[in-house]
Amino acid sequence: MLNLFSGLELGPIFRALMRNKIGALLIALQIALTLTIMVNAIFMMQERSQQMARPSGLDETNTFYLSNTIFAQNYNTQTALQQDLQRIRQTPGVVAATQINAIPLSGGGWSMGLQTKPGDDLEGTGTAVYMVDEQGIDALGVELIAGENFQSSDIVWREVGSTKWPPKTMITKALAEAMFEGDWKKALGKTVYIDNHQPVQITGIINGLQAPWNGWNGVERSMLVPQQLDGRGSRYFIRTEAGRRDELMPVIEKMLADSDRGRIIRNVTSMEQTRDESYQEHQATNTILLTVIIVLTLITGFGIVGLAMFSINRRTRQIGTRRALGASQWQVMRYFMLENLLISSAGVVLGAAGAVGLNIWLVSTFSMSPLSPVLLVIGVVALLIVGQLAVSYPALVASRISPATATRGRA
Amino acid sequence: MFSYYIKLAYLSCKRTWGMTLLMVCAIGLGIGASMTTITVNYLMSANPIPHKSEQLFFVQLDSWEPNNPYSDDGDAPEQLTYRDGTYLWQAQKAKRQSIQSGMSAVIEPADKEVLPFMVQGRANSADFFSMFDVPFLFGSGWDHQADLKKERVIVINAELNERLFGGKDSTGQTVRMAGEDYKVTGVINRWNPKPKFYDISTGAFNDVEEVFVPFSLITEQKFNRSGNTNCWKPSESGFQAFLDSECIWLQLWVELPTEQDKQDYLSFMNAYAKEQHQYGRFARTDNNKLRDVMQWLENQQVVSDDASMMMAMSLMFLLVCLLNTVGLLLAKFLGKASEIGVRQALGASRNDLFIQHLIESGCIGLAGGLLGLVLAILGLEAIKVMYGDWIRDLAQLDFSLVAMAIGLAIASALLAGLYPTWRACQVQPSVQLKSQ
Repeated sequence: MLNLFSGLELGPIFRALMRNKIGALLIALQIALTLTIMVNAIFMMQERSQQMARPSGLDETNTFYLSNTIFAQNYNTQTALQQDLQRIRQTPGVVAATQINAIPLSGGGWSMGLQTKPGDDLEGTGTAVYMVDEQGIDALGVELIAGENFQSSDIVWREVGSTKWPPKTMITKALAEAMFEGDWKKALGKTVYIDNHQPVQITGIINGLQAPWNGWNGVERSMLVPQQLDGRGSRYFIRTEAGRRDELMPVIEKMLADSDRGRIIRNVTSMEQTRDESYQEHQATNTILLTVIIVLTLITGFGIVGLAMFSINRRTRQIGTRRALGASQWQVMRYFMLENLLISSAGVVLGAAGAVGLNIWLVSTFSMSPLSPVLLVIGVVALLIVGQLAVSYPALVASRISPATATRGRA
Repeated sequence: MFSYYIKLAYLSCKRTWGMTLLMVCAIGLGIGASMTTITVNYLMSANPIPHKSEQLFFVQLDSWEPNNPYSDDGDAPEQLTYRDGTYLWQAQKAKRQSIQSGMSAVIEPADKEVLPFMVQGRANSADFFSMFDVPFLFGSGWDHQADLKKERVIVINAELNERLFGGKDSTGQTVRMAGEDYKVTGVINRWNPKPKFYDISTGAFNDVEEVFVPFSLITEQKFNRSGNTNCWKPSESGFQAFLDSECIWLQLWVELPTEQDKQDYLSFMNAYAKEQHQYGRFARTDNNKLRDVMQWLENQQVVSDDASMMMAMSLMFLLVCLLNTVGLLLAKFLGKASEIGVRQALGASRNDLFIQHLIESGCIGLAGGLLGLVLAILGLEAIKVMYGDWIRDLAQLDFSLVAMAIGLAIASALLAGLYPTWRACQVQPSVQLKSQ
C-alpha cells in the first residue's frame, strides 16, 4: 500500500450509492440533523456553564444566612438586633456577622440607579444595594481592593419606609467601571447621586459581589451602604471558620430561637445551597441537553450500523466475488468505510448549514448569542468519527466474507 | 385477515429482532422526549380559567416616567400605584373588580404548644373570590362593606384549616395573625390554578396563598407587603408618602362580560389618565391596556424560553428517530424481497401487500409508542427532580396527552412506513423467483 489514495475506488462507490439513493440520503439527513441539534445544544450548554462559573465574589463555602421575623408586640427591634448580632459574633467559630437586606443570587433584593450628576431626567446605572454594617465585607468574605471599610460610627438605622441614603458607599469594580469609563480607580473618593439627588461618596471598591438576580445583565454591579434596617423582618449573614459552617448552622439557629420567643428564625440556608437553587434550572437544562446529545448520537450511530449491515447482507455475493477476484480484506473494509465517509461528508455539510440556520432562529427568537465556528468544526469532526466508528463493525463483517461465497448460491 | 397480518408482522419482527428493537427504541426515545417537553409546554400555556378567561381583564395604566417608557417595547407597567389602583377600584365601574397585592404575616396558633409560623397571603378586595370562581369548602369570602370598614376578616386554605382547626368548619372562629384577631369567613377548597394567572409577578407557577385578607387593611401596616415594588420618582420618607408616591406595587383585575363593557371601561381608564395628565402626571395618556387572561399570560411570556427551546429540540430529535426508522424499515422490507415475490406469485395483490406492511409498521409504532409513554413518565419524573417544586403540577400526563403520545407514535411509524411499504410493493415477483 504505497499510495493510500491510488486505490481509492471513489468512482465505483459513488455509482453504487446512486443505485441506493434513498438509503444514503436517509443516513446523510440523519447526520445532518444530528449535527444541527448537537452543535446548538452544546452551545446552549456552554452559555449556561459560563454563567454558572462566574464567581459571586463572596466566600460561598463558609457562609450562611437566616431570616428573623418578629411577631411579638411592643418589641424594641433595635436593641434586639444588636443583641442578636452580639450573640452570633461571640459564638466560637464565627468569623464575622452582619445584618443584611438581601442575599446575593437569591432572586430577591433591592436595586437603585446611581448617576454621576444629580438630576431628574438622567439615566442612572442600575445596581444592587446591600445594606450592611462594619462587619459586612468580612461576613460576606469580599475583597476590598481600594479605599477603606465602613467604621462602626458610619452605620445608621434605616426606618421602614425611609428614602434617605447614608453619605458613604463601597461599590464593586464592575459598577465603578460602568460609571467611570472602564477605569475603576477613578471612582474612589468621587461623589455619585442616588435616587436622583442624594449625594453619596465612594469610599471603597470591592473586587466583586454579585447581585441577587443571576439573569440580570448587570449582575456584577453592587453597592454596599452602611445601614441597618430597623424593622420586624431582618436577615443575618454569617461567615464561619473554614469547615465549621454545617456544624454552626443549627447551633446558631437554636441559640437565636431560644433567646427570644417573640420571633421566628427561618430559612437557615447556606450560600452554596442558594447558588444551587439559583442555577437549578440551568443545571437541569444542561443535564437534559447532554442526555439528548448522547442519545441522539447513539441512535444515529446504531442507525448507520443497521443500514450498513443490511447493505452488506444484500451484497454478500458481490463482496465474495470481489474477494475471489483478488481484493484484500482491507480493501473490502475500506470500501465500506469510504462509502460511509462520503455519505457522512454530505450529511455534515448539510448539517453545518442547518446548525447555523437553527442558531439564527434561536438568536432571533430567544435572544441567544451567535454560534462559535470552532464548535461547528468540532461537531463536524466528531460526527465523521462517529460515522466511521459505527460503520467499522459492519465493514469488518464484510471483510470476513469468504471468497468462496461467490461460488455458492444466495446466502 | 387482520390477525393473519399481525401474525406475519410478529414473525417478521422476530426474524430481524435486532433491527426491530432498534426501531422500537428509536421511536420510543423520540416519542418519550417529545411528549415530555410537549407536556410541560402544554401545561405552561394552559388556560387556568377557561370558562371566563375572556371576561377577566388585567388593568395597566401608564403612570411611568415621562422620559423613559417602562419597558423597551413601550408597554405600560405591570402594576399600579396605590392612588391609581384605589381610585379605579373605588369607582366600581366594572361588574366586579379585585385590587390586590401579596402579603405575609406570622400566625400564632391558639395552642401555645405549637410554634408561631409564617404564612404567605394575599390582600385583596371582596370580588376576588367571585371573579376567579374560588371554590369554598366552608363559608365564603367577605363583602364589599368589610373592605370599606377595614374589618379583620380572613379566608384560609384547606391546609391551614387542617393545621389550625383540625379540618373542621372554622367559619366564625378567630385566627391570631400579626398580633390581631381575624374572623374566619371561609375556607378555600383545593384550588391551585396553573399558571397562577391572577398574580404572576413573583413566579407564574407558584402555589396559591394560604390566607386572604381585605386589601384595605394594607394601610394599617399590620402585615408586610410582598411582591415587587418599582419606583421611578424619589419620594419622601414614611408610609403615607409611599402610598402617595409613583411606586407601582399592586394589581387590579376587572370582570367585563361584554365587548361594550370592555370599551366603556377602557374609555373610563383613558379619561382618568387624561385628567391625571392635567395635574402633571401620565405623560402617555393613551398607553393604557386591558388584556384578558390569555393575552396577559402571553404578554408576560409565562411559557419559559427554555421550555419552548427544549420542545423545538425534542421535535427535531423525533424527526431524526423517524428518519432512522424509515431507513431501517426500508432495509427490512427490501430484505424480504424474495418473500414478497413468493407471496405475489401465490396470488397476493399489491393492495394486500401494502396493508400487510403498513400493519407491520403500525405494530412497531405501537410498541414504540408504549415505550415512549413509559419514557415520558420517567422523563417527567426526572424533570420534577431536576427543576424542583414549582414544576410539580406542570409535569403530569393526563388522558389526552397519553392518547396523543400513542397517536403520535403510530402516526409517525405509519408515515415512516409509507415509503418502504411502497417500495416493497414494487418488487417484481419474476425477478425474485428467478434469483432463488
